[in-house]
Amino acid sequence: MRASHLVSIFLAAILTENYTLNKFLGICPFLGVSKKLNTAVGMSSAVIFVMVLATAVTWPVYFYLLLPKGLEYMQTLVYILIIAGLVQLVEIVLKKYIPSLYNSLGIYLPLITTNCAVLGVTLLVVEKQQADASYGYIEALVNAFGAGVGFLVSMVIFSGVRSRIENSDIPESLKGLPITLIAASLVAVSFLGFSGIA
Amino acid sequence: MAKSRNLLQEITKGIIKENPVLCLVLGTCPTLAVTTAASNAIGMGIAATLVLVCSNAAISLLRNLIPDKVRIPAYITVIAGFVTIVQMLVKAFAPGIDKSLGIYLPLIVVNCIILGRAEMFASKNRVLASMADGLGMGIGFTATLLLMGSIRELLGAGTIFGLPILKNFMDPIIIFLLPPGGFFVFGMLIALANKLNNGKTAKNASSCEGCPMHGICKSDGREECDK
Repeated sequence: MRASHLVSIFLAAILTENYTLNKFLGICPFLGVSKKLNTAVGMSSAVIFVMVLATAVTWPVYFYLLLPKGLEYMQTLVYILIIAGLVQLVEIVLKKYIPSLYNSLGIYLPLITTNCAVLGVTLLVVEKQQADASYGYIEALVNAFGAGVGFLVSMVIFSGVRSRIENSDIPESLKGLPITLIAASLVAVSFLGFSGIA
Repeated sequence: MAKSRNLLQEITKGIIKENPVLCLVLGTCPTLAVTTAASNAIGMGIAATLVLVCSNAAISLLRNLIPDKVRIPAYITVIAGFVTIVQMLVKAFAPGIDKSLGIYLPLIVVNCIILGRAEMFASKNRVLASMADGLGMGIGFTATLLLMGSIRELLGAGTIFGLPILKNFMDPIIIFLLPPGGFFVFGMLIALANKLNNGKTAKNASSCEGCPMHGICKSDGREECDK
């Protein structure tokens, strides 16, 4: 029962609640870093890592510190500081102990502080908990991991689409960003298929 | 006299020449997410403008006090403080807007326009000029959101600000209210801005320093961030 519940949260976070294509979170990296497959994968791995870590820290902080003390209004400020601190910490730790991982993820880490998908995941988890009291710590972590994987999936798909755009003949004023956005629109249509048109 | 003209220039440049959304391509997430209705777009625009003006003023005042190394965390803290204030104001005085904007209201913290202007303008200029810059950028942001919100609401629901306009004329095209419609309308608007500027916008955009993607663009040697 519990396991299937977690699987459904995981799949929903990847497909029907895809953060980039359904919720418009993390559009900057989605458009900026998706040109090559390897950078897309590197960025998304860093995002998955930070999303899970940020949820793991912010969840207890909110429910055991801010909520009992009546400080819910500090949520935004506290969350962004935690995320910024975490990113810095991860960067330092990776640099010192796992240099190979640092070399592949390092350049993406500073960008993640201002990635709205990370802040969005941690904020949405609180909303979900308020809607359904049984939504606990494990569910929150699974959701964060799923959201990160969803980001990876959309980035990988989109980098494939973009490599095809490169070679096609595009009207002058559509070149660059506009055609990329229109392609993103078509990819989003395919993701709508998972939830159905309302 | 000359001074006031300069201030006016700081305001107007954000509206057309350096429109933060269409020319500098900053703040795409809220642009796409909240523009399903014109009223949401206005709410988001005003909230972001308020934060932008206040944070630009505060950062400009603190620009000589903040050490260069920790400036980004310091800016984020200042911005987050103002976002919290705005969040509380919106909750108290416009609960409807608070409900429809949802998590996108706290997400103003990571809106690249605000951090971008702090980094590009407020950290180098005097208080009044920074506030004028914030106001101009905010108005440009609001106007673009309103334009997109109106187009999507008109095509997707047949209304503008809830007033039925196309009701007896055509059936609403619901996909414009859904995520794909957002990407599509935004792409078309940027294409239009490119066309009107003879394709110069993309190349002239100086968003590189303020854009969070700056580091990666430089290390990768790609021209991506210029767009």
